[in-house]
Amino acid sequence: MTNPSPTLKPLVLVVDDYQDAREMYAEYLEFSGFRVAEAKNGQEALDKAFELRPDIILMDLSLPIIDGWEATRRLKNDDRTRTIPVVALTGHAMTGQSDEAKGAGCDSFVTKPCLPDALVDEVRRVLATRGGPQPG
Amino acid sequence: MASPVPLPTAPMPDAGARLALAEQLLACDAARPCAEAVVEWLARHTRASAVACLVREEPGDRLRCLSARGVSDAQRAMLEAASEGATHPLAEVLSHAAPRFFPASRALLPAVAGGGDIAVPLGRPGVPAVGLLLLSVSEPALPSEVAWVAAHVGSTLARLVPAVSSGRREVSGGALLRRIIDAVADPVLLTDLEGRPRIANARAEALLVAGAESSEGRRRAVELNQRVFSTALASASSGGASGTRRREVPLVDPAEGMDLLFELISTPVHEPDGHEAMVSVLRNVTDLGRATQALGESYRRLRATEREARSERHRLDRVLDSVADPIILSDPSGGTVMMNDPAEKLFAIPLDGGKAAQRRVRSNDATFSSFLVNLVDGGGSLRWRGQLSLADPATGATIPVEAVASKVLGDTGELTGIVTLFHDRTEALEKARLLERVKEVSTQLEARVQIATAELAEQNEKLRRQAIQLEQASAAKSQFLANMSHEFRTPLNAILGYTNMLLQGVSGELSPAQKRNLTRIDSNGRHLLEVINEILDITRIEAGRMPLHLSDFGIPELLQEVVAELDPIIARSKLAVSTQLGARVPAVHSDRQKVKQIVLNLLSNALKFTHEGSVTVMAEYVAATSTLAISVQDTGIGIDPAYQEKIFEDFQQVDSSPTRAYGGTGLGLSICRRLATMLGGRVSLQSAPGQGSTFTLHFPRRARRA
Repeated sequence: MTNPSPTLKPLVLVVDDYQDAREMYAEYLEFSGFRVAEAKNGQEALDKAFELRPDIILMDLSLPIIDGWEATRRLKNDDRTRTIPVVALTGHAMTGQSDEAKGAGCDSFVTKPCLPDALVDEVRRVLATRGGPQPG
Repeated sequence: MASPVPLPTAPMPDAGARLALAEQLLACDAARPCAEAVVEWLARHTRASAVACLVREEPGDRLRCLSARGVSDAQRAMLEAASEGATHPLAEVLSHAAPRFFPASRALLPAVAGGGDIAVPLGRPGVPAVGLLLLSVSEPALPSEVAWVAAHVGSTLARLVPAVSSGRREVSGGALLRRIIDAVADPVLLTDLEGRPRIANARAEALLVAGAESSEGRRRAVELNQRVFSTALASASSGGASGTRRREVPLVDPAEGMDLLFELISTPVHEPDGHEAMVSVLRNVTDLGRATQALGESYRRLRATEREARSERHRLDRVLDSVADPIILSDPSGGTVMMNDPAEKLFAIPLDGGKAAQRRVRSNDATFSSFLVNLVDGGGSLRWRGQLSLADPATGATIPVEAVASKVLGDTGELTGIVTLFHDRTEALEKARLLERVKEVSTQLEARVQIATAELAEQNEKLRRQAIQLEQASAAKSQFLANMSHEFRTPLNAILGYTNMLLQGVSGELSPAQKRNLTRIDSNGRHLLEVINEILDITRIEAGRMPLHLSDFGIPELLQEVVAELDPIIARSKLAVSTQLGARVPAVHSDRQKVKQIVLNLLSNALKFTHEGSVTVMAEYVAATSTLAISVQDTGIGIDPAYQEKIFEDFQQVDSSPTRAYGGTGLGLSICRRLATMLGGRVSLQSAPGQGSTFTLHFPRRARRA
């Protein structure tokens, strides 16, 4: 387990270049009982992931520097982060993106707009299937 | 020996008495009555005191007395006895065949005083006498009555006497007679009426007589011949008429076994004893018969050949008449021998034809004659072909014909006739003319087609360029819309998210007015999102970026999902929502997501426009067309027929006024229709204002990949 203490609240890494969205989800996640880390591009997401080893990553796909697909691919290719579930977030509703996202290693796929409560439900669902820690 | 000299004696019997005797004699069919008549007559018409008639009886040339007057029985016996032996004076009389006087001293009969007897031989002149008359006379002269009677009765007796005798009758005529009839080349027979031979010459014996010493074959042949002969003779005599008869008799040559044919000439005769007999002469007509037969056969064959020829001729006539083209057979000089029906229409003057018709026929004849001259004078060529212009005698219309005249040659190569065939070229010429016209038009058409093709190519090129431009424009539009969608979506996400959070009380409790206003923000935000999503859908469909994802799935599960998804809305409404599945709705092979989207749209529409009552979702399978029908039936406001088509168009609603009562983009049904088309199906509508509406999605059970 990446998480040093099972009693700790699960850590969610929210990756989004759109500040309002990032902060909105972060606020709601904290409100819902999660710890939250933020990253505003792919590179930052990788750095934070390796450093913090979050329990789950919310990954917007359209990102500067390194896009969400590439970042996910790197995470899934690294032993340190391989097991962390990644929930893809996208504002592009074009079909095929979900397949592509799964191909890159995403565990789940959520289309924007996604209301904060719906997103939290999804995070809880993914964590539950992985048997990971639940927010207290 | 002195010849008695006839003396004129009285009384002379008259001609009537002589005639009576002659008739009497003719009626006799035997020697005895004949003799009696003569003796009677002589006793009455001469002064003879005794008269006797004697005939020679074979063998031994003994004389027998057939009748006598004035002669005692003793004298008769003495006479008969005395005639024994050739030396007797009476035998001498017979052999010398001349009357002889016996003076009283040597008289054989009781003689009158001073007289004596006279013996007169009886028989035909030139043949041995068959008997004699013996009379007692007063002087040695032969009375004329006696001479007359002897002459008459002689031939009669000569005919009748052989019948008196029995035994060797066939030689009773004497050996000479036998030799005579044997010398006859044809078989000659005397038979009874049944055909049994009494006298047969050598030829007849060869055919009809077989001795005990004859071979078995010969006996059988003879037996057969006799039977045939008897039958032929019997049929002749049974015919009734008397006299000579002729018929043909087939006999067998007993020696050679060959079939022979004879002509039988049979004549009935009376024998001296009065019996009827038959004299038959057979003439060999075998060769004649064969010749006749051969002739008959030839004749029959000739007739058959003639019949055949006639029927062949009729057949030929019919064949020729059945040919549609005129045919004329001409003799070597060009004269018409025959023509078939079609030819007659051209070359024979019609019965009711007027002067014009006659003129045309003459003109045709002249044309034909001058055409034939080419062949007749053409030397060695066997055929001549030419184009003639004839006239229809009835109408005067010109008939262009092709004529082919062919020589008919005999076995030795001589010209026996000319056959000419005409072929009407009117149609051919017309066809040729039409063909020419068609060619001409076709050439023009080709030129036009070339021009049009060039124009078309130019147009195509223009269109191609336009299409590329359009495609580029479309792609640009799609890209623009996609980007727009994204750019709208990102801030909208934040708006809806924060509103949602505020409404949940994440930032603390809200006053009812704040809550109401936030709810409006949320509602407007959702509407904006809906518009963005639907515009994006249409853009994707139009850009062809909406691919089909075919899979097998069940309808009942799909309907459950749709109802479950709209459950919050259903719960808010006060409508009875139910699903009905038809019997045997099979699994389908189609795009599940698109079917679901359509049904979702239709159901949410129904929920939106129905205020009370029910909404029913029904699915059934139409086996006849292998299609599924999923209907959404509501008890809502209904749609006026005038709008029923319009509502499927983009951004169209029944009520598009600024004050309209219902929200929505007006894109939902348009998207449904487009998606249904992608599935190979359609969306239909049944509705009336106030009666509710039924929208139905029809789509094939098995979608075909586009």
